[in-house]
Amino acid sequence: MIRTTKKNPVDMIFSVVTGAASFTVIIFIVAILYELVHQSGPAIERFGIWKFLSSTDWNPVTESFGALTNIYGTVLTTFLSLLMAIPVAIGIAVFVTEISPNVMKGPIGIAIELLAAIPSIIYGMWGLFTLSPIMSTYIEPFLKNIFAGVPVVGILFQGTPMGIDILTASIILSIMIIPFTASISRDSFNLTPAVVKESAYALGATKWEVVRDVVIPYSKLGVFGGIVLSLGRALGETMAVAFVLGNNHRITTSLFDAAATITVTLANEFAEADTDIYLSSLFYLALVLFVMSFITLAAAKFFLLKAERKYSR
Amino acid sequence: MLPGFLKGSMTREQFRKAEGFTALVLSTLAALLGLFWLVFILGDVLVHGIKALNLSLFVNDPVPPGVDGGGLRNAFVGQLIITICATLIGVPIGVLGGTFLAEYARGTKTARLISILADIMVSVPSIVIGTFIYAILVRPIGHFNGWAGAIALAIIMVPVVLRTTENMLSLVPWTLREAAFALGAPYYKVITQVVYRGAATGILTGILLSIARVAGETAPLLFTSFNNSFFSLNMNQPISSLTVTIFQYAMGPYDNWHEQAWAAAFVITIFILILTITGRLIIRWRYR
Repeated sequence: MIRTTKKNPVDMIFSVVTGAASFTVIIFIVAILYELVHQSGPAIERFGIWKFLSSTDWNPVTESFGALTNIYGTVLTTFLSLLMAIPVAIGIAVFVTEISPNVMKGPIGIAIELLAAIPSIIYGMWGLFTLSPIMSTYIEPFLKNIFAGVPVVGILFQGTPMGIDILTASIILSIMIIPFTASISRDSFNLTPAVVKESAYALGATKWEVVRDVVIPYSKLGVFGGIVLSLGRALGETMAVAFVLGNNHRITTSLFDAAATITVTLANEFAEADTDIYLSSLFYLALVLFVMSFITLAAAKFFLLKAERKYSR
Repeated sequence: MLPGFLKGSMTREQFRKAEGFTALVLSTLAALLGLFWLVFILGDVLVHGIKALNLSLFVNDPVPPGVDGGGLRNAFVGQLIITICATLIGVPIGVLGGTFLAEYARGTKTARLISILADIMVSVPSIVIGTFIYAILVRPIGHFNGWAGAIALAIIMVPVVLRTTENMLSLVPWTLREAAFALGAPYYKVITQVVYRGAATGILTGILLSIARVAGETAPLLFTSFNNSFFSLNMNQPISSLTVTIFQYAMGPYDNWHEQAWAAAFVITIFILILTITGRLIIRWRYR
């Protein structure tokens, strides 16, 4: 911070204006939180906190609302997409940092980052018109043939594969979050000191052993932060899943069932909510989503900062 | 450790080599899978989009479903207006805010806190911002309006621009400022005439990338600017945007609508990719 003894009046004004601009970030967050709590007031009063979070009702006709089916859908699709995205993303990071020739590193890095630049509505549309038919005619019947008869796992593959379901939505979501984990993992891998890696090579370690026993342990904080960040992104993703998830307020166990996430419910029902308590419940859902993703993103930031501090030492 | 079933057939060295080879092949496949998705999605948009692209799309307004022809002029113009308004609101706030963090408040706890909060805000679900704007700008007014959409996008833009500005200003060497101070310049003059010049490319790139970010946003527009099937320039009324139109048309039952949705998807994807690639190339060329 710079301190000048004689304050120039224009300088005072400029510092106040820029200061006010930077404080808008705090104002936005506080205002969003306040407004969401305020708007969901009637629903909070009527359904309480625990009852709302644990009820599977979502019935505009009887005006009985609960968030559990939405939370379930959000958590399930997020979990499945992470499961699919993490190995691929780390594989990409390993490829870019350790395997690919130097000339390829830039282009591949840009290509993977372009995946993050494609708007989510394009993912959703592609999912609806292209991926979903492929899923319902080829992949899902195939999975069903293999797994439907298997005890326990079979539960996940019941029902008619329609392509508009949890599995398709999770795949699209996983493609969308790959770039976040991949680019942060790549950056963390790159921070591993060359000396440490070279020592391992000198002991006769193979490339994979260096990655597994030196690079990944060294950068695990950063990689973990990247994973949590993609978790936060996946929680709040709307358009990519709105097309292919249906909007089904039931707790289902099969990956071939339609479901609803908080975001999909908001996107489909917000503009049509006709009663005050309905709208208020939707605001309540938005509040739940905001709190969930804020905490997740704050945790991600915490890990990434911790990683940064560790590497800069 | 060597798994038991392999003990007879392989020496330890052979196993390590095989394991290493498998791992490297798998991670190469992962990279190919990432490229495959990119090519698959972009290729799909290109193929479907080019087929549906024609001049009438840009110069005509929508016709009732079932009637041939028609275009999306209203959506193109609406999207342009919303994006420009969002940029005009969001960019100055972001640049000034970033200036405060990197200059007047450099190194303070406040600056650190705001940076962290801005990073979180960048990833906050955009649909939540949509609901927030609905509560403060749509519900009290009584109808959807274009300004609500523009402000929702501006709120998404601010943290992005703010963080890039802060980073870019921090890259300008401190000695440059000292040189200007030594000439007796007050801080605001140092910032506007020395620091901004040094960081101009970076800040502009950040702005480009933030426009690319909001141009594809749909969720925050769904219940703010909503949609309008007629040509409108009035920001106080519902106004059409490409993204919401794509959502509506793609979910609709008419083939004609699907084609137009693909064409719109094509245009918006190309626009965003050009902005993003330009931005990335500038960063690479200037800062690495």
